[in-house]
Amino acid sequence: MYDIKALYEAESIEHAVSLRLEHPDAQIIAGGSDVLVQIREGRRAGKELISIYMLDEMRGVSLDDDENIRIGSLTSFSHITRDPIIQKYINVLGEAVDMVGSPQIRNIGTIGGNTCNGVTSADSASTLHAWEAIVELTGKNGVRRMPIKDFYIKAGTVDIRADEGEIQTAILIPKSSYENTYGHYIKYGMRNAMEIASLGCSVNVRLSDDKKTVDRCRIAYGVAGPVPMRAPSAEAVANGENVSETLIDEFALAVLNDINPRNSWRASRDFRLHIAVQMAKRCLLESIKKAGGVIQ
Amino acid sequence: MNKVGKSEARIDGYDKATGRTKYYEDRMPAGTLYVRIKHAEKAHAIVRSINAEAALQIPGVVKVLTCFDVPDIPFPTAGHPWSMDPGHQDVADRKLLNTHVRYWGDDIAVVIADNEVDAVQGVRALTVEYEELPFVLDVQKAMEDGAPLLHERFPNNILKHTQNRLGDYQSAIKEEGLLKVEGWYETPTVQHCHIENHGCYAYEENGRIVVVSSTQIPHIIRRVVGQALGRPWGDIRIIKPYIGGGFGNKQDALYEPLCAWCTTQVGGRCVRIDCSREETFVSNRVRHAIRFHIVTWLRKNGTIAARKVECFSNQGAYASHGHSIVAKAMGSFHQHYPCPNMECDSYTVFTNKPAAGAMRGYGMPQASFADESNIDDCAQTVGMDPLEFRRLNIMPDGYKDNFSGNVNYFDSFRACMKKGAEIIDYERKRKEYACDSGSVRRGIGLATFWYNTAVYPISLETSSNRMLLNLDGTVTMQCGETEIGQGADTVYAQMTAEALGLKSYKDVHVISCQDTDITPTGLGAYASRQTYVAGFSIQQTAGLLKEKILKYACEITQTAVSDMDIEEGCIVRKDDRQILMSLSELAMTAQYNPVHSEHITAESTFTIRNNAYSFGCTFAEVEVDIEMCKTKLIRIVNVHDCGRLINPALAEAQVHGGMSMAIGYGLSEQLIFDEKTGRPLNNNLLDYKLSTFMDHPNLEAYFIENPEPTSPFGTKALGEPPACSGAPAIRNAILNATGVAINKNPINPHILFAEFSRAGLISDPWKEEN
Repeated sequence: MYDIKALYEAESIEHAVSLRLEHPDAQIIAGGSDVLVQIREGRRAGKELISIYMLDEMRGVSLDDDENIRIGSLTSFSHITRDPIIQKYINVLGEAVDMVGSPQIRNIGTIGGNTCNGVTSADSASTLHAWEAIVELTGKNGVRRMPIKDFYIKAGTVDIRADEGEIQTAILIPKSSYENTYGHYIKYGMRNAMEIASLGCSVNVRLSDDKKTVDRCRIAYGVAGPVPMRAPSAEAVANGENVSETLIDEFALAVLNDINPRNSWRASRDFRLHIAVQMAKRCLLESIKKAGGVIQ
Repeated sequence: MNKVGKSEARIDGYDKATGRTKYYEDRMPAGTLYVRIKHAEKAHAIVRSINAEAALQIPGVVKVLTCFDVPDIPFPTAGHPWSMDPGHQDVADRKLLNTHVRYWGDDIAVVIADNEVDAVQGVRALTVEYEELPFVLDVQKAMEDGAPLLHERFPNNILKHTQNRLGDYQSAIKEEGLLKVEGWYETPTVQHCHIENHGCYAYEENGRIVVVSSTQIPHIIRRVVGQALGRPWGDIRIIKPYIGGGFGNKQDALYEPLCAWCTTQVGGRCVRIDCSREETFVSNRVRHAIRFHIVTWLRKNGTIAARKVECFSNQGAYASHGHSIVAKAMGSFHQHYPCPNMECDSYTVFTNKPAAGAMRGYGMPQASFADESNIDDCAQTVGMDPLEFRRLNIMPDGYKDNFSGNVNYFDSFRACMKKGAEIIDYERKRKEYACDSGSVRRGIGLATFWYNTAVYPISLETSSNRMLLNLDGTVTMQCGETEIGQGADTVYAQMTAEALGLKSYKDVHVISCQDTDITPTGLGAYASRQTYVAGFSIQQTAGLLKEKILKYACEITQTAVSDMDIEEGCIVRKDDRQILMSLSELAMTAQYNPVHSEHITAESTFTIRNNAYSFGCTFAEVEVDIEMCKTKLIRIVNVHDCGRLINPALAEAQVHGGMSMAIGYGLSEQLIFDEKTGRPLNNNLLDYKLSTFMDHPNLEAYFIENPEPTSPFGTKALGEPPACSGAPAIRNAILNATGVAINKNPINPHILFAEFSRAGLISDPWKEEN
């Protein structure tokens, strides 16, 4: 039995926005795999809830007129993994969200919930950062879009304006971001399922036509700081350079200039730094291989 | 024998698979009140006051009861048989609710409400004033003079210290040329994590208290509830329905006494206590964390000259099963690798942590981790293969333990190791993996254990049962040894059908639910005893029932009792196997005979004054990724000699479950506490890393079936044994892969990072710059 004050069921995005304006203290609930846990723990006990779960218009993956990928915020992890557009253009995202919790959680959990939570460990977050995703919000003033790095304000807080009735409606991957680009994600956990990442690392590369040079390399981490983050120093080391083993090593060491993991009972800072370097190395190597590159 | 030794389907399988089986929550009467417990948020303190005003304002709250309201009766909780010797009785050291808070999570008040939400809100609304006391979490620190004292009766927090001396250790170690292998071995606090959390409900009926509980030990719970409430034991009735696992946690009085008392405080209305998972981790029982110090003195030829073993067991805040666990652990060493000179000491020490009680293996997973780690280090020291070293030193063929009377009749250890080594291709892989270098390396290791089946001669061993011949020729049977998910009822049915000569085990209706008003008194499910001890009383009671059946048959058939037998559900003439009548015909005739009507039943008790060694080993194969500080378990094989298998499929399943627990114990599971406050940090299934099936390779279980001579059915322990040797086998495989001996489990990435850094296998150059 959950301690819930009231539940309002949204029937359309517009309706959800107006419910939000009518009940400014209410909590949005989609799949509920985070919100219900928090209610049980007492953190959100006694709250009003606005459910957006029935809004099918926010579900599914499509390509828009400019061939940008549009992922409806209510798309479940398991649907993302199995979606042909995702598999064709950004398969690493499907692989990353396939590491969330358990099959049951992946069936109910949504990518919108995963990002709106604002937690650094979310399995989708490092890949979305590394692929420079755009977050789409809909409120009383219409649609607002922003890069995902600006969406995350601090741990547990994202840029959604409740007073404007906003809800997150989609996540977009621009064509320029995914074209000719290949990536790899490693989730580091203490077991192989039912796990929250101790550290997550997502790397992607676009190689030159002859596959010998790194045209563009992007890397992002989860749990390397209070919010998911890119590692710009490491990217700068790799961009424009020839593919080589030395490059991979230098790239991996450079992440230390960017990341700032914390010491906690879940893992020490030293341990996280050690693993972060190993992960960067392995993720870049895999990404290059997937892009058809050969290590000289 | 043709009814036992077969992989029959579980008699409760269909209902369990289709969700029909009723657990305590499914039987709850309508209108039951919710009791929710206020747990202390201090590791050590005195409760000065509890303010319930705000809680009582919540509309659904019926009553708030605090540690200042409970009867002033300390009671013991361990699920041991009661001892008539006061010196042997369990320590009575806790009350229903406690003003002296001894661990973070201690029970200090309850809120009783109409519904769960109001009860939970009521608990959150209580304000508690504490007088804080210094606390201690570590065993060695708790034993120091001046350490915070948990129980006044136990100076230096030592609940008990016992020793075991053989030969003359001090003289023996002076022998020239001995090699010394010394280590400190540390095992963690873990929890049982059975699927169904403990819970119970209680109500009053005609002046008595009825408690329906998820427990392994209904008859023992009746005694403890009586003691805790100061009521005659006959006033208490305990009902045990199907339960979703226990693994020893429910071999303790958990919340039955508190629940029973709560109903008396609300006019006998039905009240329920349902533990959350978070409460289960902290406020039920845990497995003892035991720290071992072992010194082994070896001759160059690999024989052991002398051994010193010290065991320090972290009891947590309350005595529960107390010293029994570490005493059992200590007692395993001299039998496992007998050597003439031994000096062993064991201490059980109170600390401000959750109370440790029984958990699958009862001290042996800990002892096995320490002993088998040290033995592998010994093998390495003398340059012998670990398998060869064990063959040389392990319990010899025909070994007899004079205390228990147990005999190693069949040289089972060597047979189990031989089989395991063949299955996993030990010798070849050992050679192959020796060449591994680089970041990813493979290794193979083994570990062994022995286990006592029952608790004789330390405690009473008894089993009773009742059998009733039904009119259709089937038999209804009931006993006090409980079904807790292990499949006991099914093997009882098989043994009963065997002993009586019925057509099928399906002709035995086992009454699974124990009710202390009805069920013959039994001790419940614990140790690894159920099949073994129930076997004695089943054999005996079936003999009595058979005698009555044949006696009545004699009246009808005019054939002498000694000339008849029961085969495949029919009464036959012994000489020519001629069927005289079916059991159904006999039962109908006996019941409806207008001149001599008889309801044919039998009941008896068997006091078991035997015990039996169970043996086994684990072989583990791992792939260690040194740079990533990760271990992947590639293959794991258990071989057991647990006597004759009554039901091979159930036996295999039992081994799989134990192996799974051993994998978690070896690689990931550990309950951890904040050093600054004593607060548990990971008492949930996300942060406590119970291993999942994604962390398991295929679990391979094999058996050697040497029939146990003392058992009517040739059987002995298998309940706990599968959980004993897995963790050290993994530890030894990691040693083989990397050359790094790790003396602390679980061997998780944090430990590997620290140990590989120390061993120089990994280095982070940037660390020196800082």
